[in-house]
Amino acid sequence: MKMPAMLRSALITMALGVAAGLLFGGGLLVSGMANPAKVINFLDVLGHWDPSLAFVMSGAVVCTFVGYPLIQGRSKPLFASSFQLPTRRDIDKPLVLGALLFGVGWGASGYCPGPAWVSVAGLAPGTFVFAAFMLAGMWGAAWWKDNNLK
Amino acid sequence: MLPSTLTEFTPYASLIGGIMIGLSALLVLLVFGRVAGISGITTQGLLSPVSGDSLWRVAFLLGLVSAPWFLTKIGQDQWGLEYLATLPVSTELMGMSLAGLAVGVGTVLGSGCTSGHGVCGLGRRSGRSLVAVVIFMITAALTVAVLRHLV
Repeated sequence: MKMPAMLRSALITMALGVAAGLLFGGGLLVSGMANPAKVINFLDVLGHWDPSLAFVMSGAVVCTFVGYPLIQGRSKPLFASSFQLPTRRDIDKPLVLGALLFGVGWGASGYCPGPAWVSVAGLAPGTFVFAAFMLAGMWGAAWWKDNNLK
Repeated sequence: MLPSTLTEFTPYASLIGGIMIGLSALLVLLVFGRVAGISGITTQGLLSPVSGDSLWRVAFLLGLVSAPWFLTKIGQDQWGLEYLATLPVSTELMGMSLAGLAVGVGTVLGSGCTSGHGVCGLGRRSGRSLVAVVIFMITAALTVAVLRHLV
């Protein structure tokens, strides 16, 4: 029995997408970054400083720093027609304001988007509330950006 | 205001976990030709999907959400569901909703979060990402300093 090509490519896309997500989520859990207290203790240089987050970032960035140029040397990705990476180089107001705002929310909760997603299965009310408002904020900001910055 | 919970410094586990995150980002680039930024994947996968290009993002999020269950399934419960249930998540729901809103608006406005600007952007040697990382690291540290030591 031969599967139609479109169905086959959709299934491969799904399988590889799930695999990448599992690896990413597994990394967040193993590294301790799903624990908001560990993130906050890294940011708390005046208190009981926990340098773990620097090790997570170093491990991840060494991989991308070495691997990105190697992979981008290919003519195209395995399951997409071309590489589509951000191209902007200017430092504009939305970038600065957005990073500022994100930093405040991250510091106050110990959650950034990855750990929030991976923690949903922990069923804590704080996680649900954070994730719901994060999605609402993303949706609102994306709508605003589409209508005002393009 | 921010309660203090002691955590143990875990250099090896954190380094290994970090490498797993980096390898996942490389897999996304190799297979789909995209950056693995969670805020971008969420926005473009769920909130403003581009037809034909959101399937891998939805699948990625599915994998991300099921990671604790998967680790439990393969016998690694020290990182799985049981572990997740022990983590100290804030019960101040008003604070968590404001923080979630700030993270949502901030990552879309600033075009990235810890993964998009940090893990992927720094690896791409992006000046914009370096600026973003420095800014959010400083404001996050200041926020913790204010909430934990001043208020």
